[in-house]
Amino acid sequence: MIPVFFAYFALMSMAAAVLTVALRNPVHCGLALLALLLHVSGLFVLLNAEFLWAVQVVVYAGAILVLYLFVLMLLNLKTDERYFHNTYLYFLIPTVFGSLYVLALLFKSPYAGAKGDAPAAIVLQEGDTYAVGMKMFSDYLLQFEIVGVFLLGAIIGAIVLAKTPKPIDAERE
Amino acid sequence: MVPLSAYVAVSAVLFITGLLGVLIRRNFIIVLMAVEIMLNAANINLVAFSHYLESMAGQLVALFVIAIAAGEAAVGLAIIIVVFRGKISTNVDEMNVLKW
Repeated sequence: MIPVFFAYFALMSMAAAVLTVALRNPVHCGLALLALLLHVSGLFVLLNAEFLWAVQVVVYAGAILVLYLFVLMLLNLKTDERYFHNTYLYFLIPTVFGSLYVLALLFKSPYAGAKGDAPAAIVLQEGDTYAVGMKMFSDYLLQFEIVGVFLLGAIIGAIVLAKTPKPIDAERE
Repeated sequence: MVPLSAYVAVSAVLFITGLLGVLIRRNFIIVLMAVEIMLNAANINLVAFSHYLESMAGQLVALFVIAIAAGEAAVGLAIIIVVFRGKISTNVDEMNVLKW
């Protein structure tokens, strides 16, 4: 059963990615991106990462994508007449050949590596959220704090950038 | 059982699609969306290796990637609003004030 679900999520996410890049209307691109994010979250469930599934749905599909759609509708974009670069064939053809080569390399690789300390049986005992929390607040506490400070900086930066600028004359008085 | 190489192949296809989107699209917002596709491809890779190599570190890094994607989206869209206010255009070819 798992291979069937994997095939569905993989094919749908690849199709949604292609649509995101290829569609003409920016709002349709945003909706295709939503389909991509939801199907990628399905792949996370297949990999026993339920916490990441929830974060993907809540943060990515719920917050980031709404921000994109909000800005798209705020700006009221008109569809561009020529929406690709004029020279896009120079990028497209080498990319297709290069990606075929990369895929051939990927399928030949054995992926040997040292096993970590969290086999699936132990993770499933307590749940993925518990495992992620224990790891994050012990070994990765510093990184967690850094990400918090980074997000604060991003929020302040976004507000300062998007604020309506005051006219210069009003500031002088 | 799905092999690890299948997940890595899906991730590679998504990453290349996103890279192609960054290179060939002319609308700034679509370029940012293509960056999100690439971040998602990296996340699939991280979680797949985390599952198959039995370590939680990959999932944690994927969480940090999601947080950084949120910050990137906020700042990027703020920059789009600023540029749009001045030039009424979101075409990346016309944003060349910083060009040397």
